[in-house]
Amino acid sequence: MRRLKDLIENRLSRRSVLSGTAAAAMLVTAGAIAPVHADDVNTTGLAVTEDTVKVGILHSVTGTMAISETGSVQAEKLAIEQINAMGGVLGRKIEYIQEDGGSDWPTFAEKAKKLLVSDKVAAVFGCWTSASRKAVLPVFEQYNGMLYYPTFYEGLEQSPNVIYTGQEATQQILAGIDWVAKEKGAKSFYLLGSDYIWPRTSNKIARKHIEKLGMKVVGEEYYPLGHTQFNSVINKIKLKKPDVIYAIVVGGSNVAFYKQLKAAGIDMTKEKPVLLTISVTEDEIRGIGGENIEGAYAAMKYFQSLDNENNKDFVSAFKERWGDDIVIGDVTQAAYLGPWLWKAAVEKAGSFDIDKVRLASPGIELTTAPEGYVRVHENHHLWSKTRIGLAKPDGQYELVYETADLMEPDPFPEGYQ
Amino acid sequence: MFADYSWTELGSIFAMQGFAGLILFSVFVLMALGLAIIFGQMGVINMAHGEFMILGAYVTYLCSNFVETFIPALFGVYFFFAMILAFVVAGALGALVEWSLIRHLYRRPLDTLLATWGLSLILQQAYRSIFGAREVGVTLPNWLLGSVPLTDIIEIPINGIFVMVLTLVIAVSVYFLMFRSRTGMQSRAVVQNRVMAGAVGINTEKVDRMTFALGCGIAGVAGSAFTMIGSTGPTAGQLYIVDTFLIVVFGGAASLLGTIASSFAISQAQSTMEFFLSGSMAKVLTLLTVVGILMLRPEGLFSAKIRR
Repeated sequence: MRRLKDLIENRLSRRSVLSGTAAAAMLVTAGAIAPVHADDVNTTGLAVTEDTVKVGILHSVTGTMAISETGSVQAEKLAIEQINAMGGVLGRKIEYIQEDGGSDWPTFAEKAKKLLVSDKVAAVFGCWTSASRKAVLPVFEQYNGMLYYPTFYEGLEQSPNVIYTGQEATQQILAGIDWVAKEKGAKSFYLLGSDYIWPRTSNKIARKHIEKLGMKVVGEEYYPLGHTQFNSVINKIKLKKPDVIYAIVVGGSNVAFYKQLKAAGIDMTKEKPVLLTISVTEDEIRGIGGENIEGAYAAMKYFQSLDNENNKDFVSAFKERWGDDIVIGDVTQAAYLGPWLWKAAVEKAGSFDIDKVRLASPGIELTTAPEGYVRVHENHHLWSKTRIGLAKPDGQYELVYETADLMEPDPFPEGYQ
Repeated sequence: MFADYSWTELGSIFAMQGFAGLILFSVFVLMALGLAIIFGQMGVINMAHGEFMILGAYVTYLCSNFVETFIPALFGVYFFFAMILAFVVAGALGALVEWSLIRHLYRRPLDTLLATWGLSLILQQAYRSIFGAREVGVTLPNWLLGSVPLTDIIEIPINGIFVMVLTLVIAVSVYFLMFRSRTGMQSRAVVQNRVMAGAVGINTEKVDRMTFALGCGIAGVAGSAFTMIGSTGPTAGQLYIVDTFLIVVFGGAASLLGTIASSFAISQAQSTMEFFLSGSMAKVLTLLTVVGILMLRPEGLFSAKIRR
């Protein structure tokens, strides 16, 4: 039945393409790139026609998480538009269907099912929090979809149906701690985070690594999401006098934490204590205010200020598309990679079929990524460099260090669990 | 756990910790006062309280942008104007909401809960559409940032002192307004017996509108002040609403003094426990204690002694 429907759709679309000269010209270009019939590049009934392919974008544009996820949506749309301007994927224009997860995890699962089952999209770019990813994971595995997930996260996961374009915990954490130990002579750490899986898992890895290097953890603290009063913990930090405050606070709490830290007289521009975070991108600084976080260090893979040709093009294209006053954080860049990685995998596979795309994915390289060169690992995560940025009052990070080599993604790090 | 520290260090820490508790106390009073007035005096459960606070924060944000761009010379003092404006704007919206929504529901107090919750969703989405989904950064004048060093270790946050003074000013003003002025007397008369108050010639509708506007206005000032210590985003109001209700209910809904007492109890308990335990654990214990006490005293700490 479905097959019949597809056949009819294909016929129809071919007829509509043939009517009209402009469209006919398009067919010629399309034909030059993709001489193959839709049935040949799509044996599993995905929403692929002779000249289009449907994909899904699944983020929260309402609710608490909209703050964070808006950038990802913009990046994914920009990438799709750029790919289309270059002639699309296998000669087919990408059409996206956008769904709103509404910051609610069951809604994410429901919308994922809708995208895979009713819309038959060839790939989904989406999710932000680990909770939303965990909610959609069974759906993607059951209906065999492909998810490109942009956020840096805690690791401990590897699904055949997900490509993780952000860094997993060890990539972000180990290089950062090595750097602060070597360059800043750090001996003691105070670990701090919001109370949920990502900060807790990350701090677990951080603690193991700190102790392995012979340094000391003098305190570890978690505060409920949305906590707005940090004076007590700041007093504790003052009492323990750690060399490094290692902060993984997220969301609105972030703003409260940095404002109160500054108000309590902890000056991060001084030699000690060093504040190292893995949760504050340029996006968050907008809410915190550059003057409140000046002097802090962040360990992640991308900063808007990176000085390379790819990034200059990316930043100017992004600003042209979404406005001059916009900032681009780590996750936004990782979201931008999603459509490009998918395009490369489809073209390598010569097919939109999920199974073929999955087989083709490991080894895919992007030399045009704004962060520089990335490569997909066998474990579906990306090889990427880790960088340290110094927060400046204008809300941007200044690159102070980057790893010489690509960091290998290691979602199940031995000895760190 | 204190073995490693000298007596001076410990003394300083206790001083600072006491101060942290006082700041938290001021913040709680500021958050809860507006809600306590509306809830206690009118029996209306205002679920949109947090959104009125954030309205005040956005007004401050607009003021800071305006002053920074057009009259940078006044930037040092804009915060005072911003707070007054926040009071006026939030109060005006409160009066409008009372006129268009709340006054039709006085006979159905539980429905006000749903109506104001709906209002809070509408306001959140309105903020999102107007100001964008991301948090906005409010630039503060320099004198409000940083701290006053008393000794090597003791440093007192300036914005903490500011919040404390502000809370004191507002609490005293509210006291005079409610207990020493004609309007306040009328308002209390309406609370005690609406029909009788009407019979002796008090315009109860006007009193209701004024009370609601006052509560919302104070929420606006609180939101304006909190730009110093917290975030300003469409949903940031939700961060405060639970604590606020907790304080008002624990203090006894009809008593402003109860609100202050319960702010003090909860803030001191929380900041002390946060120091000795982890943050999440402190919250759990605080909530458990409150639940326990409310089981023994369902009316809250200070219940109004009225024959019903």
